[in-house]
Amino acid sequence: MKPLQVSAYTATSALGRGKAAMLDALRRGKGGLKANDFDRAELRAWIGRVAGLEEAPIGGALAEFDCRNNRLAQIGLAQDGFKDAVSQAIHRYGAKRVAVLLGTSTSGILRTELAYRQRDAQGNLPRDLHYRHAQNLYSITDFVRQVLALEGPAMTISTACSSSAKVFASAARYIEAGIIDAAVVGGVDSLCLTTMHGFTSLQLVSDEPCRPFDAARKGMSIGEAAGFALVERGTGPLSLLGYGESSDAYHMSTPQPDGEGALGAMQQALARAGLEPGAIDYVNAHGTATPANDRAEDRALVRLFGKRVPVSSTKGFTGHTLGAAGIVEAIVCFLALEHGLLPATLNSSAIEPGLESMVLLENRAAQVRRALSNSFGFGGSNCSLVFGA
Amino acid sequence: MQRPAVSLLPPAERRRCALSVAWALAVAQEAVASAGLDAASLAVVFASSDGDGDIVHRLCSALATPAAAVSPTDFHNSVHNAATGYWGIGAHSPAPSTALCAYDGSFGAGLLEAACQIAIEKRPVLLIAVDLPYPPPLAVHRPVRHGFAAALVLEPGTGLEISLDGSEPTAPPMRDFEGNASAACLPLLAALARPGEAVVRLPLAERTVLVRKR
Repeated sequence: MKPLQVSAYTATSALGRGKAAMLDALRRGKGGLKANDFDRAELRAWIGRVAGLEEAPIGGALAEFDCRNNRLAQIGLAQDGFKDAVSQAIHRYGAKRVAVLLGTSTSGILRTELAYRQRDAQGNLPRDLHYRHAQNLYSITDFVRQVLALEGPAMTISTACSSSAKVFASAARYIEAGIIDAAVVGGVDSLCLTTMHGFTSLQLVSDEPCRPFDAARKGMSIGEAAGFALVERGTGPLSLLGYGESSDAYHMSTPQPDGEGALGAMQQALARAGLEPGAIDYVNAHGTATPANDRAEDRALVRLFGKRVPVSSTKGFTGHTLGAAGIVEAIVCFLALEHGLLPATLNSSAIEPGLESMVLLENRAAQVRRALSNSFGFGGSNCSLVFGA
Repeated sequence: MQRPAVSLLPPAERRRCALSVAWALAVAQEAVASAGLDAASLAVVFASSDGDGDIVHRLCSALATPAAAVSPTDFHNSVHNAATGYWGIGAHSPAPSTALCAYDGSFGAGLLEAACQIAIEKRPVLLIAVDLPYPPPLAVHRPVRHGFAAALVLEPGTGLEISLDGSEPTAPPMRDFEGNASAACLPLLAALARPGEAVVRLPLAERTVLVRKR
């Protein structure tokens, strides 16, 4: 494929607001997970919570969009001069030629969840529940589209935890097909009861900070994040070089044990980039710290890369940000490419015997010319992205 | 609402999948059979505005109780890409799949995504659109009178030309389906069923997906 340049990007997560906060936390090995204090705080878990969302309501003309997820988007969009970069793209191409493609898994469902606790005697929900502007999956994309004054095609991609990786693939196709000149891609997912209790019901949540690939890992820690990137034609210091998408065709919530689908996605991404596996300097793994994911992903990584490519999962820093994981970890790759930093797999100390990838337990300084990021979701939805300097 | 038979799925998955997934797979199976193509060769694009309302209702009801214990099956079925996940299992297909939402523009979004996949990846695409009515009490907040599902198998050189413009969408032919985002495809289905050239405009955010049939 023709490379796409990433001309601006920003991330807000439990590591802080903006990319400098993320880089600083990665450098210092200081994670953002804290003991669960969300809602009634009854689950024994650790979460990657973004501070300050409760005090940042959405007002003015877009007040109907007020919900935790859109508040997180509002804060995320205000960092790193991202809005200015988008304004410049509008100036270059026109608002109709810039698309908005965002991933989320739960959008503003939290408002509906809380509204169900406030049903009246007849079972009716409170009247101020804005289904369209909060719960509906398009809410986040519609909100961002309006904040940025973009008039191009806009849609939400919601394929569970691969959502905000797949937005890059769609954007690349739309630009190649000539229907747009640039796209705001990314994803926003925020803490809610569905995912907290849902993953708990599947026994996938750890009662301690998640430890990807560790022998003693007990599952995931859920996080929340907003991340955005502006992509357009041409080459620059940061580019999307390849993408790969595949389906496991195996089980709704368990990966295929040999990592067959994951392998297919990574192979396709390398093929589109025109690269051999040896050209990859760093892999940001999906690495959720569930026993099944890490084993299957390790199998796929070893089959493709052998044992010689440095791999880490940064979910010990941010938690698993679900529909935002793709963009958050793409941005970890951008930071790796720009600053020569291969981040550690935080909280992990002893890799499970039998896992053979070169999992980084400490930060490493090295030149990174090309990085690959994996994102896998329920329903067997896999996406791999290759970025390069 | 009626639950269509989905012979594609193994019995366990057939019982476990949500109603909206059964609708999605029923139309998908029919479209792929009439196209005469190998199901596993098709990339899949799933478009829906509202996902599965029964599951949202069950999860939110459970979460409102003191124990907040949700069904693990309901939870994994709640992902927007549940239909493509079950399709992959039933069709033994490793092909890429995606799941989109653009509120009332969801079908237009799905068609645009499918068209770009066909143009760039040069492969046939199965496009599935489903929206079902929400149960009370959510129904008041998203009124959808009737369920609707459609599936199209689109191949390179299908004879449809797809672009974006800013004109008004084509009015849907049947008012019964008002509020159902997937039924926005009805003008397109009508044009495909009739012989001759046609132009159909489908809503998508501020833009319109313009379909020219030759």
